[in-house]
Amino acid sequence: MYRLAQALSAPADSTVVSARAIVHGVEAICDPLGSLYLPETRTLVVSDLHLEKGAAFARRGMMLPPYDTLATLRVLEAAITRHDPKLVISLGDNFHDRVGSVALPETFRHMIAAMAMGREWIWINGNHDPDGACGLPGISLDEFQHAGLIFRHEPSRGDAAGEIAGHLHPAATVIRREKSVRRACFATDGKRMLMPAFGVTTGGLDLRHRAMTGLFDRARLVAHMLGRDRIYSVRFTNLIA
Amino acid sequence: MFSVNRIDSPRPQGDALTLPAPFLRWFGERGWQPRAHQLELLARAEAGESTLLIAPTGAGKTLAGFLPSLVDLTRRGKIPPGSAFRGIHTLYLSPLKALAVDIERNLMKPVGEMGLPVRVENRTGDTPQAKRQRQKLNPPDILLTTPEQLALLLANGEAERFFRDLRYVVFDELHSLVTSKRGHLLSLGLARLRRLAPSLQTIGLSATVADPMDLQRWLAPQSPDTVAHAGLVTVKGGARPQISILRTDEHVPWAGHSARYAIADVYEAIKEHATTLLFVNTRSQAELLFQELWTINDDNLPIALHHGSLDVAQRRKVEAAMSENRLRAVVATSTLDLGIDWGDVDLVVHVGAPKGASRLAQRIGRANHRMDEPSKAILVPANRFEVMECQAALDANYIGAQDTPPVGKGALDVLAQHVLGMACAAPFDPLSLYEEITSASPYSSLPWETFERVIDFVATGGYALKTYERYARIRRTKDGLFRVSNPLVAQQYRLNVGTIVESPMLNVRMVKRNQRGSLGRGGMSLGKVEEYFLEMLSQGDTFLFSGKVLRFEGIRESECLVSQAFSFDPKVPSYQGGKFPLSTYLAEQVRKMLADPARRASLPEQVRDWLSLQNDVSMLPREDELLIETFPRGSRHYMVIYAFEGRLAHQTLGMLLTRRLDRAGLKPLGFVATDYSLAVWALDDLGTTFQLRRKALADLFDEDMLGDDLEAWLNESFLLKRTFRNCAVIAGLIDQRHPGKEKTGRQVTVSADLIYDVLRAHEPDHLLLEATRNDAATGLLDIGRLGDMLKRIKGHITHRRLDRISPLAVPVMLEIGKEAVQGEAQDFLLSEAADDLINEAMGTEPL
Repeated sequence: MYRLAQALSAPADSTVVSARAIVHGVEAICDPLGSLYLPETRTLVVSDLHLEKGAAFARRGMMLPPYDTLATLRVLEAAITRHDPKLVISLGDNFHDRVGSVALPETFRHMIAAMAMGREWIWINGNHDPDGACGLPGISLDEFQHAGLIFRHEPSRGDAAGEIAGHLHPAATVIRREKSVRRACFATDGKRMLMPAFGVTTGGLDLRHRAMTGLFDRARLVAHMLGRDRIYSVRFTNLIA
Repeated sequence: MFSVNRIDSPRPQGDALTLPAPFLRWFGERGWQPRAHQLELLARAEAGESTLLIAPTGAGKTLAGFLPSLVDLTRRGKIPPGSAFRGIHTLYLSPLKALAVDIERNLMKPVGEMGLPVRVENRTGDTPQAKRQRQKLNPPDILLTTPEQLALLLANGEAERFFRDLRYVVFDELHSLVTSKRGHLLSLGLARLRRLAPSLQTIGLSATVADPMDLQRWLAPQSPDTVAHAGLVTVKGGARPQISILRTDEHVPWAGHSARYAIADVYEAIKEHATTLLFVNTRSQAELLFQELWTINDDNLPIALHHGSLDVAQRRKVEAAMSENRLRAVVATSTLDLGIDWGDVDLVVHVGAPKGASRLAQRIGRANHRMDEPSKAILVPANRFEVMECQAALDANYIGAQDTPPVGKGALDVLAQHVLGMACAAPFDPLSLYEEITSASPYSSLPWETFERVIDFVATGGYALKTYERYARIRRTKDGLFRVSNPLVAQQYRLNVGTIVESPMLNVRMVKRNQRGSLGRGGMSLGKVEEYFLEMLSQGDTFLFSGKVLRFEGIRESECLVSQAFSFDPKVPSYQGGKFPLSTYLAEQVRKMLADPARRASLPEQVRDWLSLQNDVSMLPREDELLIETFPRGSRHYMVIYAFEGRLAHQTLGMLLTRRLDRAGLKPLGFVATDYSLAVWALDDLGTTFQLRRKALADLFDEDMLGDDLEAWLNESFLLKRTFRNCAVIAGLIDQRHPGKEKTGRQVTVSADLIYDVLRAHEPDHLLLEATRNDAATGLLDIGRLGDMLKRIKGHITHRRLDRISPLAVPVMLEIGKEAVQGEAQDFLLSEAADDLINEAMGTEPL
């Protein structure tokens, strides 16, 4: 929850340390808030917001706190304020279930509308929310080509050049002196990039997990891990010292 | 011999003490006499009284507890087939499944021999479905079960019928049940049983405790205007145990917990006795000790291993072998603390300090079930501080000191679970449920407003933002009663009942590599290891578990696959929460010992030498004095605080001190805590600062640290997150098990942490956060104890500025670097890893 604290306290941007990566020749800035910014095209990318996750669980009888949507939107607001993008791309699983965007309370709709004011907005459809975003600014697409990159929810198994995807919630574990720390991360081998999940109640899947195999050239894979107010970039082969 | 030496209410009059013929015959044939306390308990029961029996092991407690039921059932006689339905007569509750099974065996013997018309059955998590069904249709006379099974039975629609004829409820090992959340749940269960069968009587069986009245109240129904309590029968007795501390020619280490130095001596002791029980404090220590013993087991003695993480089947095997006297020794953790009959144990070896005088007494009671022979025990301290602790515990055992914790206030997460269970049983009226719940002693002072909040929590999560009304799990209907909204709710409740929250564990399964080198399927299951530990292993690493050296092969479908391996340097899994902190009583004794030259003289030479060296280069603190030493070492400045308040309180103190030092600009870098002392290190010269009073030590240790600093730290603390996870699972906010899919521990942990953060940011006064803080104050953080200490040391702080490390400081200094990283330290570790990368050309660089 460093990200929520970060977003709420709005630190001076000078104290925030981002990381610069090149994906398929395109410059991309990994921000510790969990968003990716493409300066050339002024595009902000976020993934797996899982809005209304609490409500989705409550519908099934588990009364998780109803504050996750607000918290996630606050972090998103902070990211948008920080970069002032022309275009925002939300890479799918924008809502935790199909009902999510339909039943979204008015206050949150207003928050999103205010954020989208004066910019383009693209909702990529995810496996949790395949029907698109209902009654919100912007358009819903299955995938989107832009600035020499392709944006989709699930990483493809085939040729991945220039693909920015989410879905897997990548996280990396650093082990030093028999101690381990695990954090959500941006994962890239220079060819494609997997985005960390942006929603505040989303978990992570370790880069060593089977579902990740074959996606990256592990020799070139770097995990840009989300820290308190900076990104820690660690080469995959160096995660375990 | 035993004698009934304390009876605090007049014995009932009349000749109720005549035992039925089969009993007299049975005792007569064996040349036995019923014991005084057995008859005493029977007389009181027959007079309608609930009673607490406190007796040492081997005093015939079990038979005493069941005698009233057996006599009553014998008088009733056999029920002719075809009679109307009859509910159970006696309910027996034990903290352990194994104990319920064991008691069935022990009880069936006299019942069979006397030919009594009594049906005894047990019901545990392992009882097959068909038998459970039959038990509901045709209940036994006596049902032996566990608190979790009782909760399940009570949440059932047929509970009323099943329990309406209940006469007696027997609680075994009550002292160990009542102080935990299981005890809270059980007290609520008892309150419900009383409503279903108002005339029931309770019988509590317990080892010696600090405050029997706590338990006596627990056994009786409370009401707003009177404090009721059960009667008390105390059996003092048995021969005095013979306890000694291992005297060795070997070098006793300064620090550590392995007691490796003593292995040869311990092995000799095993050889000299028929059956030895070896107790250790943690599962890791159990694995290590077992391995060490087998390394030198040249006589191939049958030595077994038993701890809570091992596979059930394997544990049962060891238990069976033990009761048949086929083993020479068992290495065990607390799972065996309780009253299972372990055959003819003639020696108890306690490796590591016992951490509490009562715990030691109970463990030693395991040796020798014959009443008039002394139990024999050897204490094996693992380091020099433990030598003192063992000596203190030994002194305490002789003078009969008790340091069992008090029962405590009922937890709110447990109450939430119970309320949902009661809704599953039948629609409830909140007022009458409140009345019922406050009749349980842990909840007797629960305010109505809190109860309302609990109901609100159960219904919709209890959030200030009322968005979940339409998804409510329980709803109030027109008749004013609360009922469950749909059958799924009851199903979820049943899957998640209980208060034992497992830390994230993975099953460990043995596999073989086939000829092509790939892994085979399905070998033997060995037990469970914490996921946290497994995550740090890579394929090929070796670790010690289940008494074997295992090679880690990988994780498949939430199981950890391993193969047999050979290694001289295997890792040892760690288990969270396995360590008991030093009890307040023992801590006080250790402080007294340090201060008293006469008591120090009774310690072994090595330890005496160590302490007198300390006296020469620094000092030994008086009993009420807090000694603080400062010294430089390497490029850092250390401060060691000898508080003797247990690891948990020291950890909290360490966190608070570093915050304060940081604010004073002294650049603290870290701290480490043991049971005895706390070391803090910094970049700035702490010693000079204190000496020149640029920052006064008295201010640093002022009680006000428990105010804002504590609040601020708590909010960030990983300890609180772990506590929250437990509360959230128990209260039913997060399921351990969801119909259809098993969540792995890691998944539960991650989401609980995130939920905690969101909830804290938006609703800091939420019921579950309140429950979490209550738990933390007494449990993980030991805040109460820390507060008492700060009061005690006010005006008694002595600072010694040394130019190098003192002998007393060595143990805690050796612990540095062994602790897990948490909180801010995590970011240090990350930046270390990231810095490695910066030195490389990678096409990426920090901006």
